[in-house]
Amino acid sequence: MEKFNKLTGNAIPIRITNVDTDMIIPKQFLKTIKRTGLGEYLFFELKFDQDGNKIDSFALNQDQYNGASILIAGKNFGCGSSREHAPWSIADYGIKCIIAPSYADIFYNNCFKNGILPIILDEETVAKLQDTAENTLNFNIDLEKQNITYLENNEQKEITFEIDPVKKKCLIEGLDDIGLTLNKSSSISDFENNQAKETPWLYGSKII
Amino acid sequence: MSAPKTLYDKIWDNHIVSINDDGTTILYIDRHLVHEVTSPQAFEGLRMSGRKVRRPEFTLATADHNVPTMDRDKGIADPDSKLQVETLERNASENNITYLPMSDKRQGIVHIVGPEQGFTQPGMTIVCGDSHTSTHGAFGALAWGIGTSEVEHTLATQTLIQTKAKNMCIKITGEVVDGVTAKDIILAIIKKIGTAGGTGYVIEYTGDVIKNLSMEGRMTVCNMSIEAGARAGLISPDEKTWEYLKGRPLAPSGEEFETAIKYWQSLATDEGAQYDEIVEIKADEIIPQVTWGTSPEDVVSIDGYVPDPKNASSDEKKRSIERALDYMGLEPNTPINEIEVNKVFIGSCTNGRIEDLRAVSKIAKGRKVEKNVHAMIVPGSGLVKEQAEKEGLDKIFIEAGFDWRDPGCSMCLAMNADKLKPQERCASTSNRNFEGRQGRGGRTHLMSPQMAAAAAIKGKLTDFRDL
Repeated sequence: MEKFNKLTGNAIPIRITNVDTDMIIPKQFLKTIKRTGLGEYLFFELKFDQDGNKIDSFALNQDQYNGASILIAGKNFGCGSSREHAPWSIADYGIKCIIAPSYADIFYNNCFKNGILPIILDEETVAKLQDTAENTLNFNIDLEKQNITYLENNEQKEITFEIDPVKKKCLIEGLDDIGLTLNKSSSISDFENNQAKETPWLYGSKII
Repeated sequence: MSAPKTLYDKIWDNHIVSINDDGTTILYIDRHLVHEVTSPQAFEGLRMSGRKVRRPEFTLATADHNVPTMDRDKGIADPDSKLQVETLERNASENNITYLPMSDKRQGIVHIVGPEQGFTQPGMTIVCGDSHTSTHGAFGALAWGIGTSEVEHTLATQTLIQTKAKNMCIKITGEVVDGVTAKDIILAIIKKIGTAGGTGYVIEYTGDVIKNLSMEGRMTVCNMSIEAGARAGLISPDEKTWEYLKGRPLAPSGEEFETAIKYWQSLATDEGAQYDEIVEIKADEIIPQVTWGTSPEDVVSIDGYVPDPKNASSDEKKRSIERALDYMGLEPNTPINEIEVNKVFIGSCTNGRIEDLRAVSKIAKGRKVEKNVHAMIVPGSGLVKEQAEKEGLDKIFIEAGFDWRDPGCSMCLAMNADKLKPQERCASTSNRNFEGRQGRGGRTHLMSPQMAAAAAIKGKLTDFRDL
């Protein structure tokens, strides 16, 4: 997985609460057997109306946000399905960091598996950052220092954020979970041997 | 003596393989369900890294999201859907995983197939790349939805790296009013705690009302735990659970079954165990529930009204109500029972089981679907379909003008050909009313099977008890 440490980029404000995974990536794009190429379908039904015309009022369609690498979203972002297509489409679009007051649990975890940093800040700060994003070209995100810095009216601003140290380390080092767990294969085998004695029916030979 | 534990604590503790230096836990996964949408990239990942499936015999695969619910003999028309299903078939075969194909009568929605086959048992850890895996919590199994990276991790290691959630107890007190179903109970719960209310928790549902539910009703409740933000929901296993499991193909049998029951009985939450959060809901106050908006927390009683954004508690809430009303094409203060529908969907992992269909048949018998309504019934599995036909329910449905179909996820998420057209309004027994969920621009009202059947008959949302 790609390592995450520092990021500089502009941010797209999405002023909707409870953005669900069907909004992030509608189901007609889930029929892929690849992880890549989903970026163009990100927020598809918010970007285009039913006749395929661009909805100009939606931030992703506005030139000023071209090339943005940060989303600033409403609370309970990513609720709904477990589909990892949601973070895949976000990452494929070029977004590496999301800032929101809260996230749905599965989505939040899926972000870390895909090199996306989901930052949690209080609602008031997020709302203010959404306003700022309309005029500010660059936000600097430093995961090591756990801060967001930007210039506003020629004044340097800094906001710090909290993050679980384990999740932070995984992002910074770009760790491959599976490789790490496989190093513990013998513990897994020990567990299985023990479990087969304690609850043997789990290891029965029944097949369907 | 060790400190008293909850059901969740016990299952968790029984599955710890080891604790990593960083404090995370490697948790053993007893069973893994696999479907076509969230698995292809996981198998591709295994192939690319030269890894193997550790325990193919603990894994069960079936195609459900993409499968057609009519004219099955003609195969899958959409080439992308077809490729996804064929990819699953190939991946299962290459990795020696049991796969139930579309032609097998045991095929169906993963969360219906697992319990039916006895694959789901108390005390297990069960995962699937699908958020409604919480369904299996009805058996006292710790079951939750995972992303594709974790599907790959489970296939390769039969474990997941996890951090323990907090314990929430939702206690339903009192007695249910006549005609109130498991669906109404879970909708009332989500109304009360909100779609983020359970975030970071595993919910254990307790109280006599839950005990008195059938296994199928319990599945309906646990199924929508994710809509309350919780990854998993749990119900303590009891006699009903053993009774349901007895004789299922993959359930233990004979002496082993008796030994298993003793173990399962030991899983119940100990007296004095601490929950981090306790929520009490009075059953007597619940009447049939429906959703009016685009979030599963937008719940209202059938005798209620569409909310008025003017009365919202905050600006943000006001904006969100306005957005939902606009999408749903509803005016504030409209009586709920005046909302007309032109589609009805009965099915899904929430309400696609035989008891749901029996309940619908009672409403449908001797009545007719309103002429402007298309009402489809999609059984949750081939076995549910077979049972319904054995009982003659299909004849009642067809006679009443319902469209009786083949099993699958169907219009719950509209990945196959079954979808709403823009502005179509649907009474649905599924689990999500998100914008576009059942088809772009489609408008979903969630409710119980009885209520959806009544909506089909009346052509509008109606209290089925008044029929």
